Amino acid sequence: MMLSTPAVAMAEDQAVPLLQLKDLHIRFESPEHTIHAVSGISLSLDRGESLAIVGESGSGKTVATQSILGLLPQPPAVVQGEVLLDGTDLLLLDSEKLRKVRGSRIAVVFQDPMTSLNPVLDIARQMTEAARTHLGFSKRQATNRAADLLARVGIPDPKRRLSDHPHQFSGGQRQRICIAMALMCDPELLIADEPTTALDVTIQAQIMELVTNLKTDLDVAIMWITHDLGVAANLVERISVMYGGRIVESGKTSQVFSRPQHPYTAGLLASLPGVSRGRRLKAIPGHPLDARVVLDGCDFEPRCSLRTSKCIYERPELESTGDGAVACFESARIEEVT
Amino acid sequence: MWIYIVRRLLLSIPMLFVISIIVFGLANMMPGDAVTAMISPEAPGSDELSAIRRGQLGLDRPVIAQYSSWLGQVAQGNLGFSFITGDSVTSTIGARMSATIILMGTSLMFSIIVGVALGVVSALRQYSGTDYALTLFGFIGLSIPLFFLGLVLVYLFALRLDWFPTSGISPAGQPRTIMSVLHHLVLPGISLGLLRVALFMRYTRASVLEVLHADWVSTAESKGLKRRTVVAWHIVRNALGPVLTVIGLAIPVLVSGAIVIEQVFQWPGIGLLFINAVNQRDAPVLMGIVMLSAVVVIVANLLTDILYAWVDPRVRYD
Amino acid sequence: MTEPPLIDKAAGLDQMTHGDHAETNYSSESPGRLALRRFWRHRLARFGAILLATIVLAVLLSPIFIWHDPSTINLNQRGTGPSLQHPFGTDRTGRDVFARVLYGGRISLFVGVVTMALAAIVGITVGAISGFFGRWVDATLMRVVDIVLTFPALVIIIALVAVLGPGVRSTIIALSLLRWPQIARIVRGEFLRLREADFVLAAENAGASPRVIITRHLLPNVIGPVTVALTLLMADAILLEAALSFLGLGIQVPDPSWGNMLQDAQSINVLENLPWMWIFPGVFIMATVLTINFVGDGLRDALDPRSGHG
Repeated sequence: MMLSTPAVAMAEDQAVPLLQLKDLHIRFESPEHTIHAVSGISLSLDRGESLAIVGESGSGKTVATQSILGLLPQPPAVVQGEVLLDGTDLLLLDSEKLRKVRGSRIAVVFQDPMTSLNPVLDIARQMTEAARTHLGFSKRQATNRAADLLARVGIPDPKRRLSDHPHQFSGGQRQRICIAMALMCDPELLIADEPTTALDVTIQAQIMELVTNLKTDLDVAIMWITHDLGVAANLVERISVMYGGRIVESGKTSQVFSRPQHPYTAGLLASLPGVSRGRRLKAIPGHPLDARVVLDGCDFEPRCSLRTSKCIYERPELESTGDGAVACFESARIEEVT
Repeated sequence: MWIYIVRRLLLSIPMLFVISIIVFGLANMMPGDAVTAMISPEAPGSDELSAIRRGQLGLDRPVIAQYSSWLGQVAQGNLGFSFITGDSVTSTIGARMSATIILMGTSLMFSIIVGVALGVVSALRQYSGTDYALTLFGFIGLSIPLFFLGLVLVYLFALRLDWFPTSGISPAGQPRTIMSVLHHLVLPGISLGLLRVALFMRYTRASVLEVLHADWVSTAESKGLKRRTVVAWHIVRNALGPVLTVIGLAIPVLVSGAIVIEQVFQWPGIGLLFINAVNQRDAPVLMGIVMLSAVVVIVANLLTDILYAWVDPRVRYD
Repeated sequence: MTEPPLIDKAAGLDQMTHGDHAETNYSSESPGRLALRRFWRHRLARFGAILLATIVLAVLLSPIFIWHDPSTINLNQRGTGPSLQHPFGTDRTGRDVFARVLYGGRISLFVGVVTMALAAIVGITVGAISGFFGRWVDATLMRVVDIVLTFPALVIIIALVAVLGPGVRSTIIALSLLRWPQIARIVRGEFLRLREADFVLAAENAGASPRVIITRHLLPNVIGPVTVALTLLMADAILLEAALSFLGLGIQVPDPSWGNMLQDAQSINVLENLPWMWIFPGVFIMATVLTINFVGDGLRDALDPRSGHG
């Protein structure tokens, strides 16, 4: 159904995109070594648009999103570049102004619902905190809104359950609560950091369906972080694939799935059940790069079947290919990866 | 919850019974008795006098009989009568109760507030200069004998600087007023409290570090809450459970400390009464105080468990 | 008391595997040597161990180098302040405070060490029996432990001493009677934890007797936590002995002990005018207990990697 979604223009008209990352660099410095977690990523997201950032663990996707919220402890992290929300660089805001953005304009749903709710506080307290801080809601107003949202995410008998504690809910219910909690202040951007990874497959599907419906209803932009390309397929309009702290391919979901341009993306697709129907599933050989190592050439080169000598000595830049963008010298030979 | 409390209270009855046997046994095994302490053996006719006195006090009856009549009285809230003064033990202890409660209560409050606060500061600034200084202070606080600390404080702040009185609860011969009691309370209160400041600080620090990097703290920060709120409600609130347990376990130690500190400062509480009772072989008073202290510990343990369930709703008692 | 919930179970496991990891790195070393290395790396523990050794040596060797007899009265030298002749001054009867502090240390340390040994013997035995056999044996023994722990230590120790009469022996008996339950609880807890471990079940299936299982398989695993607890128990015993003697119910004059030397300071005159009489023994108690606590902290890090840094 996403295939029929009209393409969203990337800042071609006058409108400023909701979120823009410009040449974002993040590294962690310690006396022994420097880790380059993110090495110059740029992307943009319009209002109401949805984008998946796909990559294996260590690809820098979570660190990048944490830096958007200013949640990375600095030091040891060093963040350079621009994070523009509606044109304002969040990296330049003082901590108090940044705090007022967090939870009100940008909200997050974390990976593990079993640990991301405070076990000793009741749900009402945790859900109403943000609205009372940012919107000046009274306790009653905030509680009413919390009950509405709980009902909206499918928690039965929300008024009564507000006084329950997290351990009284199942994992899937807790993630629903986390989503409702994130929506309390009607954010413009919802960052979902692998919110289904810790859940059972059937629950995963329910949560994804819930988010898809919410997105349509609430007109909130969604940035979905995942290591699972399959999760992204039905959920988002565009996909950016990260490898070794860089974006190696981006494009519309339909395009990426039907015509991947980067050998890494192609490898990810080949390892998905269902997509490569009838063929044997293939794992990408080798391991993700050690973030302490800096290569001259392409980061994916050691694992790549299309590698040429050029790939070893020169780094391919992300270049527009009309509908999307890819960072690969050999993307013309992509058919050879299957 | 109520069932749990009632069950715990019922369970403590056999325990108190065993304790009462131990206490009575101890008091009975004491060399000499009240009569030896009252009547000098050199006095003329002391043997006859002693025998008469023993008869009056019921000390010539078999041990079992003495125990059961004592226990019967205790069950009715009557702890017997002092061998020395003849006053009711219940009222003797009652008269001293307020002084001890004031001393122990304020000192405990002081050490909880200061200890928990310092522990939180120490943990939030882990590995900073402040943290190291506080850790060292914690070690010293746990290593200094209470009475030595008391003497040093008296030497410095009462004798050298003359800011506080050396002993007592109010100026000699004058009635207690709130101001005078507070003035007399400062030095013994701090002496009794410092050990627990150090103890609570250590455990609070460890407990806060345990939850400092929990996922729900990131959640709270991502909601844009004020730093104060995050620390108070999502870090300290979660660290309180284990700290409460330590506070509960510190109650018996606090009772021990109060005995020493009351002696150093001549604070007219139960501790001073206890030492006098031991020196005068006043068994009824002694037994009364030991029983009371055991009851206090049992109640403190129960309260701790109830409070634990209150701060950490995951704990279920059944 | 209910035990706090095991929220940090995962963290503990993580630390355990880290510990294993460290050991594979130095696989040529025995666990004992490894613990020693870890202990020596702990700066406070190293400092504590050296200072404690100095105090203990000074106390033990004092007869060789002190130049005053601790109990000789010298009425011409009453209450004099520190000097070359009397480094810690003299007391009201002209006895040398330096000599008395060192001699007093022998009794205080003796009480601490013997109490620790007795508490270890009783505590480990009871804990092992309770944890190994479980059921009604465990229930009964743990009730006893509960009851002993219900008394505030000093209250019951004072009552015991009142029965036994004051002195070194009754002080030691009273202290160890009160302190073994802590050791028993630790040993029992570890035994219960290890009772179902694979290597114990394997030994049991292989037909090992309870004695062999307890001594070969279970006890070696409790050495770490028990050593740490015993160290702290010794510090506690020294403090309790001092308090007892200070109250006049422990070691009796004229035998000096650090606690009873402070007894004199209950007189305002001594407190105000002869501070050397009570400051030096007080400082020695504090320094000894402090260094034992440092050592205990180092031992905890070295022997008991599962517990956090307090």
